[in-house]
Amino acid sequence: MFPTPIEKTPRAWQLTYQSLLPLALLMWLLPLLAVALFSVKPEADFVGGGYWSIPSYFAGFENYGRVFFDSDMPRYLMNSVLITIPTVIGCVVLSSMTGFALGIYKFKSNIWIFFMFVAGNFVPFQILMVPVRDLTLDLGLYNTKTGLVLFHIAFQTGFCTLFMRNFIRALPYPLIEAARVEGVSEWRIFWFVVLPLMKPAMAAMSVLIFTFIWNDYFWAVVLTQGAESQPVTAGITSFNAQYRAAYHLMSAGSIVAALPPVAMFFLMQKHFIAGLTLGAVK
Amino acid sequence: MSITAMPTTEIVPARSWYKRNEIAVTPWLFLAPGVLFFLFYVIFPIFQSFNLSLYAWDGLGEARYVGLANYQELSTDRAFETSLWNNLKWLVLYLLAIPAGLFIALFLNQTVTGIRLYKSLFFFPFVISQIVVGLVFTWFYDPTFGLLNVMLGWIGLGPINVLGDPTLVTYGIIAAGLWPQTAYCMILYLTGLNAVDPEQIEAGRLDGAKGWRMLWYIIIPQLKPATFIAFVVTIIGALRSFDLISIMTNGGPFGSSRVLSFYMFEKALSEYGFRMGYGAAIAVVLFLIMLVFIAYFLWSMFQEERAR
Amino acid sequence: MHSMLKASVAALGALAISASAALAGSHGEKLSGDLVIFSDMSNPAPRAVMEGMVERFGAMHPDLNIELTVIDREAYKTQIRNFLTANPPDVANWYAANRMKPYVEAGLFEDISDLWEGPIGEELASTKGAMTLDGKQWGVPYTYYQWGVYYRKDIFDQYGLAEPKTWDEEKANCQTLLDNGVKCYTIGTKFLWTAGGWFDYLNMRTNGYDFHAALTGGEIPWTDDRVKATFANWRELIDMGAFIDNHQSYSWQEALPFMINGEAASYLMGNFAVAPMRDGGLDDSKLDFYQFPAINPDVELAEDAPTDTFHIPSGASNKEAARAFLEFVVSADNQTLINNGENLGQLPVNKNSGVDDDKFLKEGFAMLSSNSPGGVAQFFDRDAPAEMASIAMEGFQEFMVFPDNLDDILARLEQARARIY
Repeated sequence: MFPTPIEKTPRAWQLTYQSLLPLALLMWLLPLLAVALFSVKPEADFVGGGYWSIPSYFAGFENYGRVFFDSDMPRYLMNSVLITIPTVIGCVVLSSMTGFALGIYKFKSNIWIFFMFVAGNFVPFQILMVPVRDLTLDLGLYNTKTGLVLFHIAFQTGFCTLFMRNFIRALPYPLIEAARVEGVSEWRIFWFVVLPLMKPAMAAMSVLIFTFIWNDYFWAVVLTQGAESQPVTAGITSFNAQYRAAYHLMSAGSIVAALPPVAMFFLMQKHFIAGLTLGAVK
Repeated sequence: MSITAMPTTEIVPARSWYKRNEIAVTPWLFLAPGVLFFLFYVIFPIFQSFNLSLYAWDGLGEARYVGLANYQELSTDRAFETSLWNNLKWLVLYLLAIPAGLFIALFLNQTVTGIRLYKSLFFFPFVISQIVVGLVFTWFYDPTFGLLNVMLGWIGLGPINVLGDPTLVTYGIIAAGLWPQTAYCMILYLTGLNAVDPEQIEAGRLDGAKGWRMLWYIIIPQLKPATFIAFVVTIIGALRSFDLISIMTNGGPFGSSRVLSFYMFEKALSEYGFRMGYGAAIAVVLFLIMLVFIAYFLWSMFQEERAR
Repeated sequence: MHSMLKASVAALGALAISASAALAGSHGEKLSGDLVIFSDMSNPAPRAVMEGMVERFGAMHPDLNIELTVIDREAYKTQIRNFLTANPPDVANWYAANRMKPYVEAGLFEDISDLWEGPIGEELASTKGAMTLDGKQWGVPYTYYQWGVYYRKDIFDQYGLAEPKTWDEEKANCQTLLDNGVKCYTIGTKFLWTAGGWFDYLNMRTNGYDFHAALTGGEIPWTDDRVKATFANWRELIDMGAFIDNHQSYSWQEALPFMINGEAASYLMGNFAVAPMRDGGLDDSKLDFYQFPAINPDVELAEDAPTDTFHIPSGASNKEAARAFLEFVVSADNQTLINNGENLGQLPVNKNSGVDDDKFLKEGFAMLSSNSPGGVAQFFDRDAPAEMASIAMEGFQEFMVFPDNLDDILARLEQARARIY
């Protein structure tokens, strides 16, 4: 293990380390803690200029209450859910199929199709902006959650295929050959042999895609407008316009908007990190 | 699960065309939906953008062919020049996330009580939407009440208005972007460090390698896969930077924090914009820059595939 | 602030009941189906007004299903192109004059000249010009408002200052304020257009309305000496340190606290700023208004008075109901109600409406009807074409921070002018 395990170091350094940890964390999360503090301060504190004072009383319920009952926030949150969940499902379905095809079969154009997905995934997505917007307009899907979901599925398929294909590559190939010898049809190999083994990859990928899509702002702005279809990232900006300079409400709103992926992360931490770091080790 | 338990009744003597070519056909059937979707929404639009960059179009009427006029205009457009420079700053400075991530990973790579929670909390910023990160940092920098100026005040400096100063603004936004990006690189390295071969460390110790020498000659070479991925995601992140700029400064003051991706959006879709062709031309330039990196990434992956 | 909003909504609700009872009989036509309205009235007070209008109109036409979408005012400006082509509502907000030109030219706004031939034409005669392009009318106004200098009367009194009439008095006042540690003007230029307001006034006072109109119309080079004279006047204030620091980081709302807390004494703004300032605790004893003073005595005074409008997209599906809604919006009673001090706090467009008994509205109305002989402009970003406006206002912001860059800025604007017009 590197650096030297802390148990083997002098006592003085052990103590320093133990006290450095919380201090470093505090510094690291300082901007965020500031927002958390803002979100439980009453409005009067800001008017008086006491931005960084201890809240004169705990106004958390009041502030968060207004976010939930006095603004479009719940609608935006609901939109985010309705955009994110179908996208995750769509991506998992499509990419387990493409990943299976590219991971199991050997054919000439395999690597080129794989590279097409990878390259497409790296593209700066601004280059897609105008054509995709027009396409969505032409399909009559502009300003619908469906339009946004379809694009997200297509674009994320690039990343997901990379992910799934590499995972399937690592599966024991003899398993599939054995099934073929038994005369099992290819569809059934996919369904009964490969798919059950892909469960951890699917879980990891779902968590990742959930976070990516939940946090998307660019496409939300390009393809949707208004509270009936925009996700919470775009909603938070109009929320800000509504309560400009009302820092306590904006802070509360931001925290509400950021919470679902954070919760997802803490609940599914193992999968999340497995997903992110796939390929980081050999 | 037992494979032999599966029914095998499909095998009949007179095999259909499909059955005879099953192994050749199946991958294409599996690929079809994903590939079509991807072509439709990602690959074709790239070519459409190339085409559109040769037109003048306001998004309402008819597009008019103008040849390379959009590109000619780019060459004299100072806002474009600023954006290009800022993109370069992003590319270079964003890479700081890699050593910073490695540093934090090394710091946290211990086994003390609660370290798992520490690791999670350090990773936390990456999970938050960039919009929220942008807001948080805007307040952090705020010239009247921002924590930054409060802290600078303690050591007798400031106040400075980071986001209002054309020379500082881009660095201020990059710093905000580095926060989640460093967290990302950190988690990559933490995983990488787990897989470092303990025997090699021991061997290194026996050879008298310590501290920096150990890190440089023994640890970092073994972290190469993690470094590669960190490099890829950081470059992509740097070139896509849009959310933070949009939320923190809206490109200002007077356009000094624009990057290509933001300028492109501004020209094509913003309040005073709607020059689709011109926007597409900017996107094409961005794409060409990215292409250099994409080519490198693919080449590395190709080498790796062949090595298998 | 919150309770006041609630109160005005409640008042609207009460009015809705009586108004609908009175009006239901007069409207013979029976409207049904859906009426989709996209609105940019997203600030708290306008939002309540819009919701109130929908409620009252809905009460008059119970079979009509009205769907109101309120979009953030800044975001709306970029989204209107999308929804006009892709997803047109039946009624949409926008602005008068040049600002509606792209949509008129692209055939996206419905020609509603027929509505203007009715009694409306006569009742709204004063704004007809701003709604006319190619000899036809493309929408109806619902409100307009004066611009001018809102100032802290209590601070002025404290230092013995009077409302200035001339540029020298303006500067003398400002110097006194600065000597006492108070900034003369608050402003937030993050979204650029506030600087456009300053340019409008300085240029109209230095060179007159006609010159200003020619400049925004692209007929005069930005490098003209008369334009430079305008900037020279602006620079006098900048060099004095008259504006608050770091204005490039604030939106216009974020600049309000400086005035409310007394760190700055005045604000060149539209009348919509009165409502949030009152919310912030500036009552009429502390807040007052004066017309931007004369600079060049040889030019007549001219004012900015932007007109906000409703339009029917040509792709609307329920145009009958949309027309009825537009007529309802401009009707004298509704105009009186929505523009009063409790609601928008702006000026009604219908000449049969009453101007609310509000200090600022009365002053503004008097100023625009009798003391603006030079003419009335819409606003910089409505008079100049969009792209020119954006580049120019960015230049204004830069000038306010780095006045030494003026020559460079003007050269850039001139280059843009050559390309755009």
